[in-house]
Amino acid sequence: MAEAPHIQIENLSFARGERQIFSNISLQIPRGQIIAIMGPSGTGKTTLLRLIGGQLKPDAGSVTVAGKVVHRLRHRDLFKLRQTMGMLFQSGALFTDISVYENVAFPLRAHTELPEDMIRDIVLMKLEAVGLRGARDLMPAELSGGMTRRVALARSIALDPELIMYDEPFTGQDPIAMGVLVKLIRELNETMGLTSVLVSHDVPESLSICHYGYIVADGKIIGEGTPEQLRNHPSERVQQFLQGGPDGPVPFHYPAPDLTQDWLGGGHG
Amino acid sequence: MKQKTTELVVGLFMIAGFAALLVLAMQVSGLSLKANEATYTVYANFNDVSGLSVRGQVSMAGVTIGRVSRISLDPQTLQARVELEIRNSMNQIPADSSAIIRTSGLLGEKYIDISVGADETAMRHGDTFYETQSSLNLERMISNFASGMGR
Amino acid sequence: MVDRIAALGRLGLAILSSLGRSGVFLFRSLVGVHRPATGFPLLVTQLYALGVLSLAIIVVSGLFIGMVLGLQGYTILSDYGSEQAVGQMVALTLVRELGPVVTALLFAGRAGSALTAEIGLMKATEQLSSMEMMGVDPLRRIIAPRFWAGFISVPLLAMIFTVVGIWGGMLVSVKWLGVFEGSYWGNMQASVSFTGDVLNGIIKAVVFGFVCAWIAVYQGYDCVPTSAGISRATTKTVVYSSLAVLGLDFVLTAVMFGKF
Repeated sequence: MAEAPHIQIENLSFARGERQIFSNISLQIPRGQIIAIMGPSGTGKTTLLRLIGGQLKPDAGSVTVAGKVVHRLRHRDLFKLRQTMGMLFQSGALFTDISVYENVAFPLRAHTELPEDMIRDIVLMKLEAVGLRGARDLMPAELSGGMTRRVALARSIALDPELIMYDEPFTGQDPIAMGVLVKLIRELNETMGLTSVLVSHDVPESLSICHYGYIVADGKIIGEGTPEQLRNHPSERVQQFLQGGPDGPVPFHYPAPDLTQDWLGGGHG
Repeated sequence: MKQKTTELVVGLFMIAGFAALLVLAMQVSGLSLKANEATYTVYANFNDVSGLSVRGQVSMAGVTIGRVSRISLDPQTLQARVELEIRNSMNQIPADSSAIIRTSGLLGEKYIDISVGADETAMRHGDTFYETQSSLNLERMISNFASGMGR
Repeated sequence: MVDRIAALGRLGLAILSSLGRSGVFLFRSLVGVHRPATGFPLLVTQLYALGVLSLAIIVVSGLFIGMVLGLQGYTILSDYGSEQAVGQMVALTLVRELGPVVTALLFAGRAGSALTAEIGLMKATEQLSSMEMMGVDPLRRIIAPRFWAGFISVPLLAMIFTVVGIWGGMLVSVKWLGVFEGSYWGNMQASVSFTGDVLNGIIKAVVFGFVCAWIAVYQGYDCVPTSAGISRATTKTVVYSSLAVLGLDFVLTAVMFGKF
């Protein structure tokens, strides 16, 4: 790669309380590609996005976005950097007391001095891109789960960011909505050329659109490669995750003391 | 609700708040716009001012003409020195008038009544009343009376 | 025993650190320039939600408290034959104490709890997070207008409460019990001082407004983003605000009206 990667994560460690979430991981996200970060639930994939967005500070190592070390930025510069990022939250996180139109217009109003008719054009264009131009007057409470995520997507691309992060975009969606989202993510990447980071545990969908994937478990990267390489990955753990085996290197049981001891010990719980 | 309507209602709310302040100032505390009328200061020395308070009324023939502005103890004479602010329009108080502390009603507030004298010269800023009469101290009178009876 | 002392120490440290956090939080929300074009409409909206919508409860409570004061004052004072002083009693009680205190307590219950719940829910549904990721500081956008609106509303509401209360007292004592109207107002005006009583009452209301608004927005922002967490935060807002108002009232009264 001649060009510097858009996001460079080096030797990152992060712990929440006693729990070590990442220990010493490094990865790179090149510009203009879709990168999937996959892993079982609870492995801190969302935490990784928050580290990239500067909402959390790493314990060690660094996250560099567009040449800037995120956790060393001053408050003002961090907020400036965030204007070049979009993030699609798992819940959509739409502002519940304003309409769909106002939700999409929100970042424009906050960051630009554009006149009202220009804002209107941009909002309608973004809503058109996600196919919800007709829903502009609805309130977020009136939307289905899939529509909520599409509106949220329109909102995160309102400012034409260079980077967009998707947090579990497919979770809890019906097959049609999932198909729509897959199509949207791919189209946005192709038409706007934006770098996309996709965090998900929905393996088939993620592998179908990403250019390169990482598999994270126990705070480490256990496998990486193109979708093709991942499918043929030699590691047992990778295979268990990709194929969804109930038991294997990743145990079925949450770590616990020996069963008989628990029965007979009586103690607590 | 439309932003314009909200703004209007909030505006009304603010006005209501300030109107309430105005009512508190004028109607409740009796602060009148004329309160800043120029005054001049005279003094009166009393043996006993118990019950009299700063801002107490100063009246003449039942009409308020000023206020008590300060009460202090004169370290030499050990008398109470009361500072009175009298309105400038009342500049014809005869110099030999006397100041008397009276009570409005049986348990009411103490005020200073100015009993008019006959001198032709008027009191001026900084003058002191020649003659004063202190608070009628009910408690002391009763105890004097009781000890007199016992003798 | 040692455990107890250690626990006490930990509690002290926890209280201290949460106090520090809330102070930093307030500072960060208020310092910095707001773009007036977006800031002003936000403030107006919040003034409507916190101030105007609290008017009904303030006016009704003020009226009833004034009426009760008129009634109680009359029965007590008429034992001494000085029922003309009822106006003075009603006014001094309301201006100095009940106006600011009851308004602040009602505000904490009616508006403070709503603020906490709203902000807490925004946090739980990641609205604050997503705002942050859009490069909009939620402290300035969400917290600051709500804080200012609460801070401005409480003194205004307190003055309205006091005036309505005095009018309610007049209604009972003059119109119903037959105290002479002239002495109701006259006694009041003779004894209530603008600088000594009215202004001190307003200062109290300003302080209470500051404290109630601060507690409400901080508890919302700092809550654990779950349904149980929000309900706990709402309770905390009401409890802490009430305790803070009553405690501060004692301190302020001692400073303002105490004769040492």
